Amino acid sequence: MNILAIDTSNQVLGVAILKNGEIAGELMTNIKKNHSVRLMPAIDQLMKDTDTIPANLDRIVVAKGPGSYTGVRIGLTTAKTMAWSLGIPVVGISSLEFLANQGSFFNGYICPFFDARRGLVYTGLYDNGGQIVKEEKNILFTDWLRELRQEGKPVLFLSQDFAKHQESIEEYLGDLAVIPELQWHIPRPGALAVLGAEREPDPLHALVPNYLRLVEAETKWLEQQENK
Amino acid sequence: MKTNERILAIETSCDETAVAIIENGRNLLANVVASQIESHKRFGGVVPEIASRHHIEQITITIEEALEQASMTIDDIDAIAVTEGPGLVGALLVGVNAAKSLAFAKQKPLVGVHHIAGHIYANRLEKEFEFPLLSLVVSGGHTELILMKEHGSFEVIGETRDDAAGEAYDKVARTLKLPYPGGPEIDKLAQEGEVTIDFPRAWLEDGSYDFSFSGLKSAVINKLHNARQKNEHLKPEDVAASFQESVVDVLSTKTFQAAQEHQVKQVIVAGGVAANKGLRKALEEKFTGGEIDLLIPPLSLCTDNAAMIAAAGTVAYQQGHRAGWDLNANPSLNLEHYAARSKS
Ligand SMILES: [Zn+2]
Repeated sequence: MNILAIDTSNQVLGVAILKNGEIAGELMTNIKKNHSVRLMPAIDQLMKDTDTIPANLDRIVVAKGPGSYTGVRIGLTTAKTMAWSLGIPVVGISSLEFLANQGSFFNGYICPFFDARRGLVYTGLYDNGGQIVKEEKNILFTDWLRELRQEGKPVLFLSQDFAKHQESIEEYLGDLAVIPELQWHIPRPGALAVLGAEREPDPLHALVPNYLRLVEAETKWLEQQENK
Repeated sequence: MKTNERILAIETSCDETAVAIIENGRNLLANVVASQIESHKRFGGVVPEIASRHHIEQITITIEEALEQASMTIDDIDAIAVTEGPGLVGALLVGVNAAKSLAFAKQKPLVGVHHIAGHIYANRLEKEFEFPLLSLVVSGGHTELILMKEHGSFEVIGETRDDAAGEAYDKVARTLKLPYPGGPEIDKLAQEGEVTIDFPRAWLEDGSYDFSFSGLKSAVINKLHNARQKNEHLKPEDVAASFQESVVDVLSTKTFQAAQEHQVKQVIVAGGVAANKGLRKALEEKFTGGEIDLLIPPLSLCTDNAAMIAAAGTVAYQQGHRAGWDLNANPSLNLEHYAARSKS
């Protein structure tokens, strides 16, 4: 069983190969560089290094967002089209759930989030078994923190943008907030492969990004319709 | 050399998700176009993010449909071609990454294609090229005269200095309150009107094959504005006919002059505006009875499609051009730079 995992949904570009239940290899960068240029060369390199050929792949797992719209589409287009041409299953996993997985050892809730500018974040709340506690959404971070405070439980925050939001997290949650060290905020592609190894595949054509947000033009158009 | 190559091509530069398969560079086996025009209509133009979202919903469905149409599997394909630019970057990225994935998964050669080279090569599906050849490319984003001395060589001898002809059409259509897309609407209206207004024609310096449409566009908008203020009624049919006459006159005259100066054997019309009846008629009048062969593609090949990318991609493939796994979308890809790219 050979599984390829792909994550280009945010700043991280991650690729992993899971071979017969072992994480045979991972390639990861955490820099602002073009995912479209670098994804396929990374897959090519990692497959060569692990002696895997495309025809021997059995499954593809992809992080389906939320995140950068363009980044998410690069990963998802690649995963869908490769899976389609090889006739193998594809599994899309929420980028938030994938990040939350980094906190599996935490005794409490886990809150992964991505900064979405203008005070907004993409976020959701998970327990340490990977089960969703509060639906994923695009929300004002301060509103979200208020909701979390009402839960009254310790929360582990995971995000590459943690430093920017540390003050407000501590302001709202005080001792209930736990922010780990740098390395825990970066999702490992190998973990994505493991997460998707046993999961029910997605219907291939229907697999689309987890945007969590309408296109701005659509939002405006809907507002106009309501005001008519 | 193998001569019956089968090329599968993907085109997603704007608001059509298109996949086509051709054999021998000219024999069309499948041509699927999933249009999004209905989704963009309510916004009065293409919304890039919405276009990208549709592309990713449609891409694998469209590939599958094309192979079904050709009664083939992906294993029967020799190479994958894709539009690498110009176009909307987010839209192009879906096509480019899909093409790379097909090529990588099946270990097939990958070829990048310039969108305008594609528009020109749409004509080769109808008739074999004879060089030298002159192509008039007119679309929403382009107004260019391109000289080709051989396959894969493109020399831009004239281009617009401001608006593309299609852009001027869209803006005038909006002023006339015509629905989107405005080009075909003006053409339709113009057929019912008469040329009653003498709008300006930008000939530019002597011997220049460049174009300029912003002056004309402003003249039409001013005329309509002034008439409205004076409560004067202008028949929209006549405004459309007069505007179209001015555009078509400049396009056809410059094309004819350039064709004669460069002693070309064929003149090709390419791009979305090639569907325009007024332009077709003016060019036919200029070239009928002469030595130069005028080629205008059937309507189905004028608008964006992947058959044209497959046709241009076949030539690039035969000439040894190969893209690497680092192929990227290039929203402002330059045709002459593209033509000068090195072979692998
Ligand atoms: Zn076009």
